[in-house]
Amino acid sequence: MLAGVLLLIFLPPLVAKDLCKDSQDGFKVRLSIKTGLGDDAYEWNESEMFLFRSTLAYAMRKHSNQDTYTIDNILVCNDTQRVSFVFVVTSTDDPDQLIPKEQVELAVRQNKHRINNAFLLSDMTLEFMGIPPTLSAPIIYDTEPWLIVFGVVIGAVAVGIVALLMSTVSKKRRAKEKAAGLSEEDEGIVKENGTALSSLGRKEGVYNQAFSNDDRFTKL
Amino acid sequence: MKLKLKLPNPGLDERIPSHAELEKLELEEAGERPQWDNKAQYMLTCVGFCVGLGNVWRFPYLCQSHGGGAFMIPFLILLVLEGIPLLHLEFAIGQRLRKGSVGVWRSINPYLVGVGIASMLVSFMVGMYYNTIIAWVLWYFFNSFQDPLPWSQCPVNENRTGFVSECEDSSPVDYFWYRKTLNTTPVIEDSGGLQWWIVLCLFCAWTLLWVCCLRGIETTGKAVYVTSTLPYLVLTIFLIRGLTLKGSVSGIKFLFTPDLDELLNPSTWLDAGAQVFYSFSLAFGGLISFSSYNSVHNNCEQDAVIISIINGLTSIYAAIVIYSIIGFRATERFDDCLNGNILTLMNTFDLPEGNITESSYDGFLQHLNSTVPAVFQDLQLKTCDMQTFLSQGVEGTGLAFIVFTEAITKMPISPLWSVLFFIMLFCLGLSTMFGSVEGVVVPLQDLNILPKRWPKEVYTGLVCLVSFGLAIIFAQGSGEYWLALFDGFAGSIPLLIIAFCEMMAVAYIYGIDRFNDDIKFMIGHKPNFFWQATWRLVSPLIVLLIFLFYFVTTVSKELTYIAWDPQSENFPTLETKSYPDWIYAIIFILSGVPALVIPAVALYKLIRNRCCAKEEKHKAAEQLYSISDKIQIPDELDREQRTDVYRCDLH
Repeated sequence: MLAGVLLLIFLPPLVAKDLCKDSQDGFKVRLSIKTGLGDDAYEWNESEMFLFRSTLAYAMRKHSNQDTYTIDNILVCNDTQRVSFVFVVTSTDDPDQLIPKEQVELAVRQNKHRINNAFLLSDMTLEFMGIPPTLSAPIIYDTEPWLIVFGVVIGAVAVGIVALLMSTVSKKRRAKEKAAGLSEEDEGIVKENGTALSSLGRKEGVYNQAFSNDDRFTKL
Repeated sequence: MKLKLKLPNPGLDERIPSHAELEKLELEEAGERPQWDNKAQYMLTCVGFCVGLGNVWRFPYLCQSHGGGAFMIPFLILLVLEGIPLLHLEFAIGQRLRKGSVGVWRSINPYLVGVGIASMLVSFMVGMYYNTIIAWVLWYFFNSFQDPLPWSQCPVNENRTGFVSECEDSSPVDYFWYRKTLNTTPVIEDSGGLQWWIVLCLFCAWTLLWVCCLRGIETTGKAVYVTSTLPYLVLTIFLIRGLTLKGSVSGIKFLFTPDLDELLNPSTWLDAGAQVFYSFSLAFGGLISFSSYNSVHNNCEQDAVIISIINGLTSIYAAIVIYSIIGFRATERFDDCLNGNILTLMNTFDLPEGNITESSYDGFLQHLNSTVPAVFQDLQLKTCDMQTFLSQGVEGTGLAFIVFTEAITKMPISPLWSVLFFIMLFCLGLSTMFGSVEGVVVPLQDLNILPKRWPKEVYTGLVCLVSFGLAIIFAQGSGEYWLALFDGFAGSIPLLIIAFCEMMAVAYIYGIDRFNDDIKFMIGHKPNFFWQATWRLVSPLIVLLIFLFYFVTTVSKELTYIAWDPQSENFPTLETKSYPDWIYAIIFILSGVPALVIPAVALYKLIRNRCCAKEEKHKAAEQLYSISDKIQIPDELDREQRTDVYRCDLH
């Protein structure tokens, strides 16, 4: 009687362990909490394992749209110090039957980001061996940022070229006007003693023809 | 007795302005020739021309690969014996003869015009590919305004299960450079078509250059205030940033660790000589041109020494900055490698985290090797060697676009550092291009090929347009291989020949005595024995030795290039491939044509003079007959006038 009762008590976990250990439908999970969180790392204990099993049950619920999955459907074994273990999911109808690998994989992939967030980890630090992480979609820009910068630079260069060329053209025009205007200006400038001398155009001054060069020789 | 060799050079005095004429020019300030606004502009332009991309990505590599601190010795010795004398020579001759490169050599002797034309051709070809590098810098600059930087992660493949295989096998920075930027083909024969984004960047680079060079030194003189000073500011910012990063000091230590045995290796000395030579942008004609805009009594000796010192110090400063960042990158890589190995070990043996640390790693490894050697072998742990990471191929475009960009992605606020770095490279390249364009435009004007009344804007615009058109070959898929070809052959050998001819021309055809007198006239004292020895013997000898070495090594070995071939066995290592046969014709055009132009033009002038001399004799003889027939030459009157002049002088 006692033996029977004992057997009844210990059988389910033993059976469960066998289901988990020998099965082909299990996945190995590896957590790298210290790598992921550094100083904020938490201790891995039974409560954390409880959380893990409940998140997996949640994932199965969402995937299969059956609200019947509970924490008892998630069996765990091969617990190591690394913080890695193997888990299997039992069917809600029959506790001895396991959910096939593909179903579990789909469930996990769909809800990976929720599972990651529950543990404050990422795809790198919470690994499901055999389930490749779905990489985030690449950012698609409406206009590539480099084209925007290119447009700005080209615009500035175009403005620069136009400005410089315009200044050259206007300089030339001013020079032409000056050359035309000089002949008019000269007649006004050179006025001595009320008489308007005809412009001789010399820088050094006005040549006074009354002054004779012979003064050079008068010293003798 | 003075034993100075001087070749006969008739008519030299007619071709060059005399000292008196120079003084007159100085006072009258002839407005025809452009002038520097102030000395600072001139110095900044010359410094900008000399300090270029080579200071940042060639010198540090040479320093590290030729014995670190020990490399300073040949570098500094050759800087003094080769760099400074050549620089002084170009400055002095430009300032004295007040013309660009073609004009200067034509003044010295019309048969030497070929030297000026060769300078022009080399400036043109080097400018073509150098601006393409600037176009690549601009592409990276444009792409730096996003977070995360596009070269920090691999792109995802179609079903989002993993990364693109080419990127997975190599690295995100390699992938971005070879695929996203260049879109390289595996072999040079495979053109790969034009990459439109590179064409756009090329267009941007050439128009930017044109806007700065539009009116010659009038506009470049303003632009150099920014382009010559900004690199120093950015280098300082990077130095401060670099020194605060982990592992930077190990990089600097690696750079400067002296290995005095390298001094016995002749290739160290030859590389140092070549680096000094190319770093000073000699024989391009640009420096002669810039110097000719100076006032006659500008102290060109002082300028040459100052600019040489600045160039040398910049190289060393840039090397420190670059290697501090490389040290950081190597440390990061080493840490990643080590952590990867530790992770593998923990996963295999299911050990708790934190059991193996970096310090206990080696001990643990030994323990494992002794207890479970079989498992240990299967693990295939990567070897993490700091020295390997520090010495990974870090020169040229590889340094800027692969190694440094990777280091930048590991820094916080990466886009900022990326923008700063590429602005610095852009400024370094652009200021060198100013000298290059000057070296093409001024000879073009001097040669009178195009109408003289065309304004400077048209000349610069035409040069930029033609260069842009030809540079399209670098925008192909195989463009990088073409650029490496140009880099190897268009700039190396012809420049050495031109520099040698320059020194021979000034020392032995112009005459070292006359040159000494000119310098005495310009700066007030005769150049001392150091300059005499270097101009006449030491510097030409060094240049000749470097030329012979390069020539012999190029001709003797089979010419190969390194290619990015995803299909090759050793991918991602670059594969060495040999050039196809028709490339040799291209190489001959690149190297041979500028070099052969020198004797060809001399020969052409010789032949033309002989033919023309005969014709002139005929013509003159005919005229004599006709004049004597028609006009009576009044001999009597001439004699009387001459005696009058003598009488006046007696007073």
